Amino acid sequence: MSPAAAAAAVFTADNEARAAEIISWFPRPRSAMIPLLHLAQEQDGHLSDAAMRRVGELVGATTAEVRGTASFYEMFRFEPVGRYLVNVCTNISCLLWGGEELLEHACEVLGTEVGGTTSDGMFTVDEAECVAACTEAPCLQVNYRYRGRVSHADFDQLVKDLRAGRTDIPRHGVLSQVRQRADDQRRAGAPPPEQAREAPVWIRRPDEQPAN
Amino acid sequence: MNPAGQQREAAVEITVDGAAVTARSGELLIAACERNGVHIPRFCYHPRMSPVGMCRMCLVEVDSGRGFALQPSCMVTVVDQMKVSTNSEAAKKAQDGVLEFLLINHPLDCPVCDKGGECPLQDQTMAYGPGETRFVEEKRHFPKPIPISETVFLDRERCILCDRCTRFADEVAGDALIHFMGRGNHTEVNTFTDEPFVSYFSGNTVQICPVGALTAAPYRFKARPWDLSECLSTAWVDSVGSRVALQASRNRMLRVLGADADAVNWGWLSDKERFGFEALNSEERLSSPRLRHSAGDAGHRWGDIGWGEALNTVAAALKQAPPERVAVLGGARLTNESQYMWAKLAKGVIGTDNIDAQLGDGLDPAVVLGLQRATIDEACRPGGVVVLLGPDPKEELGVLYLRLRHAVVNDGVTLIEVTPSSTGLSHLARHCLRPAPGRTAQLVEALAAAVCHGASEGDPSGSVAESASESFSGPAAEEVREAARCLNEALADGAGVTVILGRASPAEASSVVEAAARSLAAKVSARFLPALRRGNVLGALESGLSPGLLPGRVGLAEAPEELSGLWPRLPAEPGLDAAGTLRAAAAGGIDVLLLVGADPLNDFVDRDLAYRGLKGAGSVVSVDLFVNDSAELAAAMVLPAAGPSECDGTFTNIEGRVSLMSRKVTPPGTARPDWMIAADLAERLEPGSASGLDSPEAVRAELASVSDVHKPLTEQALGENRLEGVLLASAEPSPMPTATLEASAASDTDTAAAPVAGRIPEGAYALVAARTMYDDGVMLRHCPSSRKLAEPARARVNPDDLAREGLSDGAAVRVVSDCGHVEATLAGDSGVPPGSLKLDWLSPGAPANTLIAAGSLVTAVRIQTR
Repeated sequence: MSPAAAAAAVFTADNEARAAEIISWFPRPRSAMIPLLHLAQEQDGHLSDAAMRRVGELVGATTAEVRGTASFYEMFRFEPVGRYLVNVCTNISCLLWGGEELLEHACEVLGTEVGGTTSDGMFTVDEAECVAACTEAPCLQVNYRYRGRVSHADFDQLVKDLRAGRTDIPRHGVLSQVRQRADDQRRAGAPPPEQAREAPVWIRRPDEQPAN
Repeated sequence: MNPAGQQREAAVEITVDGAAVTARSGELLIAACERNGVHIPRFCYHPRMSPVGMCRMCLVEVDSGRGFALQPSCMVTVVDQMKVSTNSEAAKKAQDGVLEFLLINHPLDCPVCDKGGECPLQDQTMAYGPGETRFVEEKRHFPKPIPISETVFLDRERCILCDRCTRFADEVAGDALIHFMGRGNHTEVNTFTDEPFVSYFSGNTVQICPVGALTAAPYRFKARPWDLSECLSTAWVDSVGSRVALQASRNRMLRVLGADADAVNWGWLSDKERFGFEALNSEERLSSPRLRHSAGDAGHRWGDIGWGEALNTVAAALKQAPPERVAVLGGARLTNESQYMWAKLAKGVIGTDNIDAQLGDGLDPAVVLGLQRATIDEACRPGGVVVLLGPDPKEELGVLYLRLRHAVVNDGVTLIEVTPSSTGLSHLARHCLRPAPGRTAQLVEALAAAVCHGASEGDPSGSVAESASESFSGPAAEEVREAARCLNEALADGAGVTVILGRASPAEASSVVEAAARSLAAKVSARFLPALRRGNVLGALESGLSPGLLPGRVGLAEAPEELSGLWPRLPAEPGLDAAGTLRAAAAGGIDVLLLVGADPLNDFVDRDLAYRGLKGAGSVVSVDLFVNDSAELAAAMVLPAAGPSECDGTFTNIEGRVSLMSRKVTPPGTARPDWMIAADLAERLEPGSASGLDSPEAVRAELASVSDVHKPLTEQALGENRLEGVLLASAEPSPMPTATLEASAASDTDTAAAPVAGRIPEGAYALVAARTMYDDGVMLRHCPSSRKLAEPARARVNPDDLAREGLSDGAAVRVVSDCGHVEATLAGDSGVPPGSLKLDWLSPGAPANTLIAAGSLVTAVRIQTR
């Protein structure tokens, strides 16, 4: 396989097309670097060297720049992760409500260390800083989907459900903008103030009908 | 000048530590203080790069009307009535605190650190820092130095994250291959996995690193700064003439640093300039004259002889040979003084005019010396246009590449590229014209005509002359028209046009480039920067190391009176150039062939002719630092010459700027400066002809006395302009003899059975042979750190051609021409236009000159799969 073909094979055909679309959103290709990294991580679960190289090619940056940018952010991962990435919060509220114990329990149940991946490749357990859900302490995220007030029994049940595929948690899901689709109605595109007849779309509630 | 520039020049009054100081509006505070003698400590600030405020060491108290507050002086521009306190209690406390923080993770391994003794962190800690640390916890640890390239090592523990190296790589060199990785306490400088910091300029990061984090292999653990002695000199590996500091200890060259000459190199060097000195320390340097002894079937061996015997032998051979049967090749790498002495020996004493410093890969000196020269500063002047009609500056003239890159990226200089394949500057060029080999002159002619036409219409965007559309149709004509419009706009604005002129590919005849230069000179009021190969090549041409020329740009017939008094005789007829000499030698017409720092086998455009010439010459004498391939093949005797850094003299760079080269160490063994060898021979041949010429200064004085061009080179002028050198006046703008294209093409087809311009047979490719920074040349072969950087031969063709022929990337192929073949690996390269094939000039084991016939306009090659 030629180097060019190998590079193109990093993204699936769908994602390659999506990458082109994402780049078109920005005045400069470089601005698309982080969304494209999200796309790569969504696809593979982590950022492989090949993916970073491809992203660099697409946006016109060197590989060192891509890695330098990606490595700034905690949520980009450079090693393969399990199908489900479990982030247990141990920040202050969760700490007070048993977050540390929950993390310890998670490791014990799954048989891995903090940051480690189970041998069947299903779970990666990691410790998270505050995930901004202090009222729900102790809380955790599975592929960035929240679970609050998690008791040890809840956790065991969650693991059972995940193993059995009985959840709506997507594989390698990330909460990024790469898949966000604002319908035309909800796009920012405010009319000039003197013509405005209703609240702007980003303030209006989804169920509220525009006044005619 | 633009309004911003005017504003920058306006003076403002500020108060620094209570004293009134005049600064330039818009200037950074740290620079204004520095100019006025107030040093503010700093790590990240570098005057040649944009400020980033990373290190916070330059915090001072600034009052711009709202009371004093701490501000980083590298991020604040001066404004009128600004008050600054650099040594207030608050400023001192801030600096002290910053240093304490910087030292928290710094290993303090100064006793084993190469930077110890010249370390800004060490020095400024002593001057501004706390006596001791309050940090008792474990410092962060990284594996001790990791190689980030073949020559540069990184010790991340010592790094203080000042962003200098990464900024340099990104901003200055354009090779952003090192970058900050991670965040916060985990931040480190690093490369991408398996993608090392492969940059021709990586050594600069070592020089600007304010701690010992970056070290270069050639200097690691070699010396302590206090053991080094240094002197100012000039880099010799290419013709830019960067100013350098030579540093030596115990009579051994150990390091070369860039000196900041504002007109030339801004403190930067290419790695070849920086590390090329390693060759001078090689064990294989010639240290005494050697005589070849035949050893029967085993070939030959070299035996040492004394200088007296050696010179007597050479003198005797020269005496016996009729002058026209003596020839000299080379001399482009010598100092001006040595070049003058060799010119005098050959032309004035021996009486032969067969002398050529360029080995068929240069340009006609009549063209080069007749052009109105530009300086680098003029080429880089904001708003101007640069036409690159020559080699890739990134490969051949590293520092010129940096200057041009800066001009295009930061100063709005427009670049128009007229090269047979892409260069390191292509991505910055406004227009890339890609003439097929052999067609450069037609394309430039069309461009010049379009410029004239646009100008006469008084409408730069007007239609283009017919001639352009005649020879070029479609996208090519459109591109030419756009480029012409761009040139016209620049000319109308008075912004100035500079042409960088040289041989992009020695596989294309020089007459093509010369014709192109003539049409540009005639029709576009441009200045020229001759981008010629080899260190002091312009000095060689100015000193008369070329057939038909005498020192000071005068022809044989126009010898000034002073010269006639000092030179015993003069050749009557213009002699042979390099190609002519080798042809004559091959036919048995040369009795003595002197190679002065020349290796025709590897450097001459036609390897076969060089081989036959060397074999056919009566006796070959090589004066060089090493036994090069040509000497190994054919020399009867080799004479050891003193290298750069081993002899005093001067150097003329591409601008005509003459700067001093200095002797820092003694040459090995009994090696002598080239001027001394020439003077010795001259005395033996014609007693008295070199009397009084016993020092470079004396030779220089004689040169200045016989050449009007060199008149400004007084000891006083050189002494007063030690850093920037003395600029020789360029030729007066004169109407160039515009030889028509037909005429020059005809003269070429006369000299050899050459394919007609542009007629490459069906299925063949036009060869583009381009020089690279690292090759298999004799100097680089003896540089331990650069030797491994020469890449194996690659035959680069357009991916469309690959696909059309069903060839695959990476295939081992044989590139064949009528003259010979080389083995190479095939590579798809979209920078090579369809129909061309690009080879590096001198890849190890695959010299491109094997394929070229001297005098042919273009070289047709075919690809054979092995």
